[in-house]
Amino acid sequence: MTADEVDPIPDAEASPGPPAVDADPPAPSGGDLIYRHRWPTRIWHWVNALTVFVMLMSGLMIFNAHPRLYWGDYGANADAAWLQIGGNQARGFVRVGDVRIPTTGVLGHWRDRNGTISTRAFPYWATIPSGYDLAGARSWHFLFAWLLVVPGLLFWLASFLNRHVQRDLAPKRSELSPRHVWRDIKDHARLRFPTGAAARDYNILQKASYLSVVFVLLPLMVLTGLAMSPSMNAAWPWLLDIFGGRQSARSIHFIVAFAILAFILVHLVMVVLAGPYNEIRSMITGRYRLPREKG
Amino acid sequence: MIERITRRRLLAGLGAGGGGLLLGGCDRVGRSSLFRSAESAAQGLTMKAQRLVTSRTALAREFGAADMSPVFRTNGNVMPSSAAYQVHLASGFSDWRLIVDGLVARPLALPLGRIRGLPARSQITRHDCVEGWSAIGKWTGVPLGLLLQGAGLRPEANYIVFHCADDFRGTLYYESIDLIDAFHPQTILAWGMNDRPLEVGHGAPLRLRVERQLGYKQAKYVMRVEAVASLAGIGLGKGGYWEDRAGYQWYAGI
Repeated sequence: MTADEVDPIPDAEASPGPPAVDADPPAPSGGDLIYRHRWPTRIWHWVNALTVFVMLMSGLMIFNAHPRLYWGDYGANADAAWLQIGGNQARGFVRVGDVRIPTTGVLGHWRDRNGTISTRAFPYWATIPSGYDLAGARSWHFLFAWLLVVPGLLFWLASFLNRHVQRDLAPKRSELSPRHVWRDIKDHARLRFPTGAAARDYNILQKASYLSVVFVLLPLMVLTGLAMSPSMNAAWPWLLDIFGGRQSARSIHFIVAFAILAFILVHLVMVVLAGPYNEIRSMITGRYRLPREKG
Repeated sequence: MIERITRRRLLAGLGAGGGGLLLGGCDRVGRSSLFRSAESAAQGLTMKAQRLVTSRTALAREFGAADMSPVFRTNGNVMPSSAAYQVHLASGFSDWRLIVDGLVARPLALPLGRIRGLPARSQITRHDCVEGWSAIGKWTGVPLGLLLQGAGLRPEANYIVFHCADDFRGTLYYESIDLIDAFHPQTILAWGMNDRPLEVGHGAPLRLRVERQLGYKQAKYVMRVEAVASLAGIGLGKGGYWEDRAGYQWYAGI
């Protein structure tokens, strides 16, 4: 809780004490170093940075064991797959519905470290372990699943208690107007980022993406993961009803994993564009230097 | 400008270094004893957590006839190669006996006709292979708990081991479950599938169905059911062929 004591972010609701004798501190401006990320956010960020990559890469190895996706309760080789990654000694492909996309060299046909052609779906550099090993991938996946779930729940708890969600992530009414959202999209598209005091808070697109990762995508990953467990199906049969069967849950698990990967890629690009030193420092020490006003 | 280039280089260096570490590193970490003990602790935690939220008798979902897979694929061995099995197959398993022994008061040797005459349970359930596919089929067989009660399970018994007729590279298949699953109402030794006698590809004459776990626990070609106190003396000690040979998890509820 020491974090809150040095928190310079004004927060009327959180300071019920006697009114300050001095005048309000001046609003921060460009160039100021401000305290931006509290320790629960910072720790969870880095734990998750590791965990999500292990989950994604071990998950791709598990997928490699049966590179076909179905809708409904059942699905095996004789049934219609809506997505398939396959290949032979000559070429690789991804088939989505009736559309066949050539992926020779990357998916369904790739060369391993020794130059030998493999027809597994995802290549060695994208999987954990790098060589085909379903049992090993399951060991990684189910060990790190605990690191995804337990710190994730603690982060949820901490972020409601320290009002991170209510104060920093919840959109304000004014931000939800179509005009505001559209302006933010245009600014992002032109790579025009807020400066000075305006850079202190998350903008609406950041809020929307962080909220959807924390409260939609990650919970969906965990719940669809549990829906694939035959033991959990006996315990919580409603999970199967929510997702429309085990094979549907497997498909959703795969789709949401790629949505998270897309978030990570955009997130990394934005960090680089916004100034990687300042951004990475703020996620390590908590201190963030507000970008200077232009002109 | 100079600072920018340095930052970029730093970032590129970090990226390349991190990527390399992740690639080569994970395989090495995966083989380390620290990872193995963490992984087996996580496996125990997963099993305890699942058992905590799943009541002992919670049933796997049972489906209707309309939900069944049009084709139920086979997997693993589809034809045991031993001469003894071939003889039994040729004679319709007329001289074959299921052995129930180990830590039991009255070891049994049951002919197939006798097993088919015992009270049977039919269930349309989903079979989930560890690889990721699922198939729904109808299984008919004798509850395993009934056989164990008939044989008089001794109090020292903690696990039930299934010895099978099929082999991988000369090692006969074996699997094991604990008593919670052994006495679960849906745990049966199936002699029928989809209203027909169990086919060879699916494990004739008897196949274990333990519906709250994955496919590799559903031992086919069951010849002998052995009650044991510990799995230490079975195979290489991890309780099953794939557990011993390829590191698959003994608890396959997930």
